[in-house]
Amino acid sequence: MTNKIKTSFLAGPYALWVLICTILPLLYILGYALTTSTGSFTLENLTAIAEPVHLKSLWLSIKVAFLTTVICLVIAYPVALILHNLKITNKGFIVFLFILPMWMNFMLRILAWQIILSNNGILNSILSAIGLPTIHILYTKSAVTLGMVYDFLPYMILPIYNALSKINDQVIEAAADLGANWLTTFTKITVPLSKDGILSGIIMVFVPALSSFVVSNLLGGGKVLLIGNVIEQEFTLARNWNLGSGLSIILMIFVLLSMSIMNKVDDSENGGMLV
Amino acid sequence: MTKVKKGASYFYLGLVFLFLYAPILVLIVLSFNNSMSRTVWGGFTLKWYLNLTANDNIMDALGTTIRITLSSSILATILGTSAAIGIHYMKKRHAAIMLGATNIPLLNADIVTGISLMLLFTRFTPLGEFSVVLAHIAFSVPYVIFNVLPRLQSLSEACYEAAMDLGATPAYAFAKVVWPEIFPGVLSGFLMALTMSLDDFTITYFTKGAGVNTLSTMLYTQLRKGIQPELYALSTILFLLAFVLLLVINYKGEGRKEAHK
Amino acid sequence: MKNKLLSFLSILILTAAPILSFTGCGSDAEATDTLVVLNYGKYIESDVLKRFQKETGITVKYEEYEQVEDMYAKYKAGSINYDVICTSDYMIETLRNEGELIPIDYSSLPNYKNIDKQIIDASAAFDPTHEYTVPYFYGTVGILYNTEMVDEETVSSWDSLWNPEYKNKIVMINSQRDAMMVALEKLGYDINTTDKKQLDEAYDLLCAEKKYVYAYLQDETYECMISEDAAMAVCYSGEAAMGMEYNENLSYTVPKEGGNLWIDSWFVPRTCKHYDAAMKWIDFMCEEEAATENFEYVWYATPNTKVAAHEDEETLADETVFPTKETLDRCKLYEAYDDETLNYTTNLWKKLKAY
Repeated sequence: MTNKIKTSFLAGPYALWVLICTILPLLYILGYALTTSTGSFTLENLTAIAEPVHLKSLWLSIKVAFLTTVICLVIAYPVALILHNLKITNKGFIVFLFILPMWMNFMLRILAWQIILSNNGILNSILSAIGLPTIHILYTKSAVTLGMVYDFLPYMILPIYNALSKINDQVIEAAADLGANWLTTFTKITVPLSKDGILSGIIMVFVPALSSFVVSNLLGGGKVLLIGNVIEQEFTLARNWNLGSGLSIILMIFVLLSMSIMNKVDDSENGGMLV
Repeated sequence: MTKVKKGASYFYLGLVFLFLYAPILVLIVLSFNNSMSRTVWGGFTLKWYLNLTANDNIMDALGTTIRITLSSSILATILGTSAAIGIHYMKKRHAAIMLGATNIPLLNADIVTGISLMLLFTRFTPLGEFSVVLAHIAFSVPYVIFNVLPRLQSLSEACYEAAMDLGATPAYAFAKVVWPEIFPGVLSGFLMALTMSLDDFTITYFTKGAGVNTLSTMLYTQLRKGIQPELYALSTILFLLAFVLLLVINYKGEGRKEAHK
Repeated sequence: MKNKLLSFLSILILTAAPILSFTGCGSDAEATDTLVVLNYGKYIESDVLKRFQKETGITVKYEEYEQVEDMYAKYKAGSINYDVICTSDYMIETLRNEGELIPIDYSSLPNYKNIDKQIIDASAAFDPTHEYTVPYFYGTVGILYNTEMVDEETVSSWDSLWNPEYKNKIVMINSQRDAMMVALEKLGYDINTTDKKQLDEAYDLLCAEKKYVYAYLQDETYECMISEDAAMAVCYSGEAAMGMEYNENLSYTVPKEGGNLWIDSWFVPRTCKHYDAAMKWIDFMCEEEAATENFEYVWYATPNTKVAAHEDEETLADETVFPTKETLDRCKLYEAYDDETLNYTTNLWKKLKAY
């Protein structure tokens, strides 16, 4: 027992670290959020979220982040499933191919999308070459969503794939033996058993998508104002640190709220499955 | 039927890969473009590759990036591994508090983390390269902890105690029993910290000092004003390097697994 | 086997140590001669920067920003002590009003004589006592357009930017002051107005324009015009000159209602810790050779009179680079906003972006 206590002191430096580099900075943000530029107490920076401009951009962020998450899930699940069912020895290599793009700087990759999607870009050249009408997509919300899907897709594929590989194949075979068709097996066995992966995938995509500002800067052409952009601009252009901090706190609360909703879903489904 | 299904699966995978790699292809093509503009094809050239080492700005940024990435991920790994061990042996209530705090940087928006660290640093230390290293450690430690902890949890307590009963010193028992088990977690935590630090822009942007540029922050200012084509060349090289390196590791790893069987 | 662990740890520490000591070096260098410079992005030829360091032995920490407001925010954040900054007229006026500027010792600038008297006189708008600034570049805001898609007649008025015919073919400038200026000129108001009703009207006009706008860009504009993704763009004259070099269909004009003349200048802020080095820097920027190299890189009009000797007729006659007297006559310099107007327009800008 004493040994255990001694060992737990190994976390000591980290505890100190958390205090200084995680808790203290948050207190700073909170301090700025609850004061005016002259230093007196106020709640205005928090209630500022109710201003139409901020509400609008928060709502837009939620929409874009939600859409991004759904599209990622729809694309990623089949990928993870196919990867899982691949009958080759070198699966690790294929999985790694999904992470590899991350080793090329992400801003450059988003920039490449600008070149692909622009009015006279690669995509439209291909479309007109095969006789299809060209599309106007760059500098729209769709382009921002596409950029985010592109950026976050690996974060959805990997957890789902990991969850799938933990499923005991015999369970699925047993279901088939008992006469379940493919769809039943999929909905009743595969999906519930990979739920943890799906949930962590959703979190890993939704949270950064909600607060992202670089993608919308590059693919939104200054026309798409997400809450991340508002916060960034309060700290840079408008240099209203108090308002920026206030909105950051709201964003944090929002993230925590959606996390707890997600966890609720998790619990109830867990209960259901046990029955 | 299965053949059709197989074909369809491969087709689908191919499409997703096309989606993921199309921009990379574009960038590789740009690295051979003999024009300063990214929208004009000025003919094939190798000059951006040949000029690369002569471009001091880019070489500086590369050096800074490597220094920051390596030092922050190594330090984060040491800090995170010892923290994970400590947390594992803590009382449950304390462990829960520590884990809650560990979750904060993961859940927080990058921009909030970056700004809050900037607010802290500007009070106590001049912004520079060191502040960026601290910031990178702050956001990558959680990845290390969450990679090491599951390994510890699946570790059988009995082995360690048995070793102790047999007269091993705690350090010896740790090295012989615990370390080999958690090492893969430490390694993957390290690699994750490395990747995150390499790709980070937002947090670096807010915590860097004057004249300190990583490849990411350098790119951000250049995105608007036109990118120096040498950067495409450098990125292509780094990308291919990572590809070859991981190919080799993967090949070796597979070989070892085969041998085990 | 304890050794294995120990050796692993020591390897880690040994690899970490030199890396960390490297980082330490950065702060040590502070003691020797350094200079912290803040300038617009891509606003200097990198050889000039290199040559300055070589010739003076001063280490330059060079920082860049994109928009004027960025510069103000960076400076005001106070996390970095800048020694010498280059920015635009009205922002200098703001900083001067706030008492953030230190007078320049012109007697230590032998090359200052190269600077055009006319531009120095024009600088009186933001530096009336002539003690704080040295001009770097100047230019105008106008419309860069593709002659294949738009005719000259159309773009001779700012009205062209509200023409539904060019939906998704218009690039608007991503800078609140300049965008406001365009709308105010169209309305026939003073570009420096602080009348909220007039500003509101301008804002409504910009909102109406948003549905035709392909993108709000600042420094990417020329790429967008080269590739003919857009038909016309509001941009700075140098940006236009850059684009015209790559695509011969492009042309530039300052519409008849008038526009903005801007002058970017060097100044020394209160945070300056290396005054002598800052003087050397400013003087170096006025030097004949450096100014020529910089001019051939950024393509804005240079106030340096010695540069002309190095350029051919064609360049000197280029009205995009060097605005004619006629053009200059219908352009005005911005005046600094008071705090209230500044906040008001910043808010309008945010509303426009969210619109």
